[in-house]
Amino acid sequence: MVIVGLIASVLGIALGLVIDWFPAQGSEQAKKIDTFWDVLIICSVPVFVLVTGVVLYSARYFRMRPGEENLDGPPIHGNTRLEVVWTAIPAIMLMALCTYAYLVLHDIEKAPAAGNERQIQVNGQQFTWTFDYNEGGKKFSSAQLYVPEGESVKFNVKTRDVLHDFWVPAWRMKIDAVPGITTNYRVTPIKLGTYPVVCAELCGLGHAFMRQTAHVLPKAQYAAWVKKMSAPAAGGAAAGGAGGAAPAVDAKALFQQGETQTGATACGGCHKLADAGTAGGVGPELDQVLKGKDAAFIKESILNPNAEIAAGFDKGIMPDTYSKLLTGPEVDALVKYLEEVAAK
Amino acid sequence: MFVLPFAFLIGLGCFDYWFYWAAGKPTRAEDHSSHGATSWKSYFHPNTDHKVIGIQYTVHSFFFLFVGGLMAMLMRAELAQPGRQFVDANTFNGLFSVHASILIFLFIIPVFAGLANFVLPLMIGAPDMAFPRLNALSFWLLPCAGVLMLASFFAPGGSFASGWTAYAPLSTTAPLGQMFFTIAVQFAGASSIATALNFLVTIITMRAPGMSFFRMPLLAWANFSTSLLVVIATPFIAASQFFVLLDYALGFHFFDADKGGDVLMYQHVFWFYSHPAVYIMMLPGFGIVSEVLAVKARKPIFGYRMMAFSLLAIVVLGFTVWAHHMFVSGMQSWIRIPMMVTTAIIAVPTGIKIFSWLATLWRGVIRLDTPMLFALGFLTMFTCGGISGVMLAMIPLDIHVSDTYFIVAHIHYVLFGGSLFTIFAGVYYWFPKMTGRMYDEKLGKLHFWTTFVFFNATFAPMHIIGVNGMPRRVADYADQFATWNLVISLASFCLGLSSLIFAYNMVASWRGGARAVANPWRALTLEWQVSSPPPVFNFDQVPTVVGGPYEYGVPGAVHGIFGPAAPAEAKATPAGTHAQPPTE
Ligand code: HEM
Ligand SMILES: [Cu+2]
Repeated sequence: MVIVGLIASVLGIALGLVIDWFPAQGSEQAKKIDTFWDVLIICSVPVFVLVTGVVLYSARYFRMRPGEENLDGPPIHGNTRLEVVWTAIPAIMLMALCTYAYLVLHDIEKAPAAGNERQIQVNGQQFTWTFDYNEGGKKFSSAQLYVPEGESVKFNVKTRDVLHDFWVPAWRMKIDAVPGITTNYRVTPIKLGTYPVVCAELCGLGHAFMRQTAHVLPKAQYAAWVKKMSAPAAGGAAAGGAGGAAPAVDAKALFQQGETQTGATACGGCHKLADAGTAGGVGPELDQVLKGKDAAFIKESILNPNAEIAAGFDKGIMPDTYSKLLTGPEVDALVKYLEEVAAK
Repeated sequence: MFVLPFAFLIGLGCFDYWFYWAAGKPTRAEDHSSHGATSWKSYFHPNTDHKVIGIQYTVHSFFFLFVGGLMAMLMRAELAQPGRQFVDANTFNGLFSVHASILIFLFIIPVFAGLANFVLPLMIGAPDMAFPRLNALSFWLLPCAGVLMLASFFAPGGSFASGWTAYAPLSTTAPLGQMFFTIAVQFAGASSIATALNFLVTIITMRAPGMSFFRMPLLAWANFSTSLLVVIATPFIAASQFFVLLDYALGFHFFDADKGGDVLMYQHVFWFYSHPAVYIMMLPGFGIVSEVLAVKARKPIFGYRMMAFSLLAIVVLGFTVWAHHMFVSGMQSWIRIPMMVTTAIIAVPTGIKIFSWLATLWRGVIRLDTPMLFALGFLTMFTCGGISGVMLAMIPLDIHVSDTYFIVAHIHYVLFGGSLFTIFAGVYYWFPKMTGRMYDEKLGKLHFWTTFVFFNATFAPMHIIGVNGMPRRVADYADQFATWNLVISLASFCLGLSSLIFAYNMVASWRGGARAVANPWRALTLEWQVSSPPPVFNFDQVPTVVGGPYEYGVPGAVHGIFGPAAPAEAKATPAGTHAQPPTE
């Protein structure tokens, strides 16, 4: 039986290690946490095998046979030595695990040894994230998260309304965005690519759709992106913007990402629109409700969303702040875009 | 919302004696006019007989199990595919909130109180609970809570949708439905506190002569420990919900950060109840399993004293671990370390219990009937839940899997594979005593195996998608999780169907099952020494306890004898000794 147990444990551990549990291992932190997980699997499987093994063994060999209906087992009341053993061994194992956990925790939270660490402010709001950058004194924000590969980043997480939770599964780290305080964690991304950003704390209707993208770029490409973002033209669209020189508004991008300067939430966070590829399920599906509607209706719906509500939806869910957060040209561009899409 | 339930309770007569007292009428302590059931109709009136109340509690709770289960089916239907199919986001959030709240506050906690209500006074040789009228009131508070929670679906803006945790400030700014939760919890909480006080007083003052604390069956110990937890912890959730009520209705700023409120305070107060609450939902199950294992393995419980002490250790430690639910909440980071250590330590007494149960099985003469199968299923499944619990205690891992489907898997391994399995074990085990009928063994076993298989098929894959990055409480998810979610949904429908076997077995056996003898399991504890179902006042003669409750295999061992004058009477002869044929 002991041998069967050992074999089962080895197989169980092998299985536990073979299963591809985690998403991409995208950060230094992820490496340590994944190793920690392997250790946990190695410790856990034998415990489970032991308990299940004894249960199965007893069920098989100590099962009542015909003719034993009136038989009782031997009256064993206890065994002090055994009881000490199974108190002490788990206690020692657990304390060892706690110590290891503490070391890992210390590792994944410590500041980089040298150099200035990049700080990015993460703002949660129903139901989108925006990211505020401060690159060498140049400030700008973005609805998509961009970070360079191989450098430690510290995220300072805030919220504009209720609790959210900033989580990039590929980086393994997460923390709540809490009203009234700023929370933080740091990661060192080590893998190029794009990864989902997920809200992990229930934040209301659109919680499930509060997903965005993190881009990990090579350093040079990141620098180029920063340059583009901090150039006055790119960010200037929203500012004042009445002059004829204002660049054309990319309505589709606006729909998908929102207006990051003023914090206007992305329409696509809540509305489904096939053309923009958004899946939000909080508000009405625009492909359907906008069929046959005119520009005036669409404009009114953006600026004054509570005036007329699609059947099955409630007042007060769509923000009524777009009239303040979007410029005239932006609204017009959106209306034009939606009108075109609806007519298709 | 407050007034209606009270009107209902007064209408039922739950407060009659309070009015008698206030009006100066005599209140007769020996008034038994509302004691005992005369027909099935008696079960729909306030009754002071603990056996009637126990059955009321149990049946009422199972009704809510099915309601809550139905909501789970709806959720799984929606989650079978990514995207939106059956319900909108608001309804979905309402569904998981009401599902969890109903199953916690109207199923697990009260069903344990119900089973204990029936068997505990019998087990310790008492004629009833200490406060029969309070007992009736505790029960009738529950339908108020249940109806409120279900009625929330009709509130403008939908039912409460901020989870059973009702975190502020989402809850304080939610539509009206949230108040149905806030207020329902007060009723459910008042009910559990009153019952817990009742248990405490009953256990302390009404034990039969000779029943010292260390001769009590472990079920009594388990309910003693649970009641301590309830009495100390429940006021905290009441408080947390009153804060929400004040914020919501009167514009207090407890949790409004802009006005000096503190959002994390809500979580601390909430978990200071809700962590002990998970032991409230587990310890009575430990008691049930101890009874079933000893009787079905025909052996004394291994390490009885350690079993009792480990319960008390869990009670004390249970109050020192609450912030392990808050590792990613943004609280002061140093608090995490002591909370991790205490959480790990609490696994030690729990481990002691598991190992003692295993040792109890060892070399027994094991009867693998339905209650035993559920008890063994509990041992293995609860171990899984315990292991994932220890993993979650480890901060670096919890940072990744907190608020994911890994948590959902863990919750269900402890609540379904743990608590619910012990509840099934207990219901099958005491079914003959409660109803006077035998259940159908074949259907019982079928129920066990279908439940066991589909339970694992439903919840084991949730570990994988959780670690892989699927957050919990979402109506929609990334396409990469689609395959597993479909598997889970299909398995969960089978799991739902398997509960129909149980429902059928219970209803059919209650109506037409074979008559049960007094002691079909040859058990030693006192409840089995009286007829099935027991006489109206439990014991015609006061029992005297002369030995431990689990002396199986000890030749001539006796737990209790009836009437000191006539120890040799036929009825008093205990079952369970080697030579003796089964009673009757
Ligand atoms: C057929 C059986 C069951 C199924 C298929 C099921 C399914 C689910 C689902 C889909 C969720 C929502 C997960 C999420 O998105 O957060 C959930 C949550 C939950 N369930 Fe169940 N469930 C079942 C039985 C039970 C039982 C018996 C209990 C407890 C007694 C229970 C307690 C809970 C709790 C506490 C939550 C947490 C809700 C939250 O996220 O706040 N469930 N369940
Ligand atoms: Cu959120």
